[in-house]
Amino acid sequence: MDFSLTDDEHLIQDTARQIAREVIAPRAAETDASGIFPAENVRKLAELGFMGMMVAEEFGGAAMSTMAYALAIEEISAACASTGVIMSVNNSLVCHPIEKFGTDDQKARYLSKLATGEWLGAYCLSEPNTGSDAARQQTTAVQQGDRYVLNGTKNFITNGQVADLYVVYCMTDLAAGHHGISSFLVEATTEGLTRGAKEKTMGIRGSSTCQIILTDCEVPAANLLGTEGDGFKVALNTLDGGRIGIASQALGIGAACLRDSTRYATERNAFGQPIGQFQAIQWMLADMATELDAARLLTWQAAVAKDAGRRYTLEASTAKAFASRMAVVNADRAVQIHGGYGYLQDYPVERYYRDAKVTEIYEGTTEIQKHIIATGLLKG
Amino acid sequence: MNFELNEDQRLLRDTIRSFLEAEVAPHVEKFEKAEELPREILKRLWSELGLGGMVIPEEYGGIGLDAVAYCLVVEELARVWAALSITVAVHNSVGAGPIVEFGNEAQKKKYLPKLATEWIGAFSLSEPVSGSDAAALRATAVKDGAHYVLNGEKNWVTTGGFADTYIVMARTANDKQKGISAFIVEKGTTGLTLTRTEDKMGLKASETRSLVFQDCRIPAENLLAGEGMGLKIALTLLNSGRFGVAAQAVGISRAALEASLKYARERETFGKPIGQHQAVGFMLADMHTKLEASRALTYRAAWLKTAGLPFAREASMAKLFATEASTWITHKAIQIHGGYGYVRDYPVERYYRDARVTEIYEGTSEIQRLVIASSLLKEAVA
Repeated sequence: MDFSLTDDEHLIQDTARQIAREVIAPRAAETDASGIFPAENVRKLAELGFMGMMVAEEFGGAAMSTMAYALAIEEISAACASTGVIMSVNNSLVCHPIEKFGTDDQKARYLSKLATGEWLGAYCLSEPNTGSDAARQQTTAVQQGDRYVLNGTKNFITNGQVADLYVVYCMTDLAAGHHGISSFLVEATTEGLTRGAKEKTMGIRGSSTCQIILTDCEVPAANLLGTEGDGFKVALNTLDGGRIGIASQALGIGAACLRDSTRYATERNAFGQPIGQFQAIQWMLADMATELDAARLLTWQAAVAKDAGRRYTLEASTAKAFASRMAVVNADRAVQIHGGYGYLQDYPVERYYRDAKVTEIYEGTTEIQKHIIATGLLKG
Repeated sequence: MNFELNEDQRLLRDTIRSFLEAEVAPHVEKFEKAEELPREILKRLWSELGLGGMVIPEEYGGIGLDAVAYCLVVEELARVWAALSITVAVHNSVGAGPIVEFGNEAQKKKYLPKLATEWIGAFSLSEPVSGSDAAALRATAVKDGAHYVLNGEKNWVTTGGFADTYIVMARTANDKQKGISAFIVEKGTTGLTLTRTEDKMGLKASETRSLVFQDCRIPAENLLAGEGMGLKIALTLLNSGRFGVAAQAVGISRAALEASLKYARERETFGKPIGQHQAVGFMLADMHTKLEASRALTYRAAWLKTAGLPFAREASMAKLFATEASTWITHKAIQIHGGYGYVRDYPVERYYRDARVTEIYEGTSEIQRLVIASSLLKEAVA
């Protein structure tokens, strides 16, 4: 047992905190208001090696631990949750499966570009008619010689409008259920790939979320990731890691809520004293801090289990379910503590409140996490 | 960051667990019904496992466990029998602890070897008029030559009935905070009377007594650490006690989840085990999640203490979260068991009653929130 951070982890945390404060935070409100993808933030993150944090050095990555990754995502998300999810998707949902399941050729062609931030990746699993029930894919991939022809529509694609490479899940065998799913690496410039209009989301408005429409989109057979029928396994393995990223994003939002609320409670006066002197406010602050720390520990428990090479599905789902709820509840308390000002866009807590909600939905809803946890427990 | 137990910690946990499962678990329901915790069991825990001296250094006959190991033992005890866990925890943390931390050499030599191997220690701070506001206590101690004369009434004394020593807080001066002193009082001292035995919701086998001091003369050498040190001693030890209560809550929660998982696999409704229904499966998932969070907060606080780092805020967080989670988890355990959860044929009914007090003693949830919020606000203006 050891609850301390290593020197390297402290360094990553400090570095991330500094870039978050100096570069990312000042633009966060504008990113939210305009909905414009924060390309400059991503460039800065790439300079620090944060777009391919866990990728091996030979592929241009920073070869850092999942624990360091969790710390970095938290700090970035505490400044701008949109930037946090952009970073998380590239690291967890795109770099990771290519490094784990990709061929040497795929790694050579794509991984270093993604890990260095030269390219940006996106992950295409959900469809208009299937989200949690991911095995019911309707997008198809039909082999024709040395190519696959892809047809279908992918939904809620983070980084959708700006990505250079898409990991796309399709049915290669409609009769085989989830054993009929395969994943493909599809370059943005491929003919037949169209980006839909940017979704009008409640929060994470800088995340460039849109549909990806595939119409007779021809992909070289060499771009099949893993083997045919392996797609569901690739998707689930990928999402386990993604959940640590989203849990960490939730930590950042929850931490920002506590930070801003504690400061406000010392500055704002009511009935002759700072509102932080009232137990009603103190109780909310104490609960925010306690649940934030609990969420941190659960998230880090999943991260160190992954770093140790153990199975961590249960830990990742536990962390994601708890941390995302914590973010939503903390954002609600933060708005309450700020009173009328919390309801205005003059203070960032209004944005935290909107940004927090999606953490309970994407990369496996809370219901899916509970299903995974319950199934794991009952199996024993 | 590493959440795993090391070899020694695993060995300790497994030793305690197998002893309890073999020697204690089969008899718990019988003793709970009789509202009795046989001293014989404590004697065996002291002599066979050294649990009387968990916080006592080896040179005074103890086994000198660090805070993490201490929590492991308390968690295992509470999983089997919460009343036993609080008896052992109180003896160690606030019965022996004050002498270990604040006693002089003569006091240590006189009391610690006995407490480690044979005696049972209790702690007496609360009064009918003062609980959370501990400094409002009224019991007095007046110096009279080589003695102090104690007068006053104390309540909520865990293990009050068969303790051999009591650490007693009494007022030696009027100053609210600095007028309180701590004394070691041996059982049988003239002027000390055991009065009311509380009829509690839970922890039925743990005896909770009131004490009355009437011109009770204590040798002056039994004053701990000087006049006026009482509140400091109490607060220091309660700080440490907090992750002990958190560990107790973790143990009860674990027992409740284990029982619920077993039941959810066996009990069938509408053609399948009830665990297969989302209504029940999701309760189990939430119970697990809160338990894991409780455990991580508890061991983080204990680890900080072991590492010599500040831990007061973290101990309060652990106590607050783990105890409220335990009430919640045991509540869901009853719900999963349905009617059977409401009858004493299944242990979850006891878990529910036993969990509730963890939110109250050794600092209520409200006191924990005060501690946490004050520390946050202090940091914000610093």
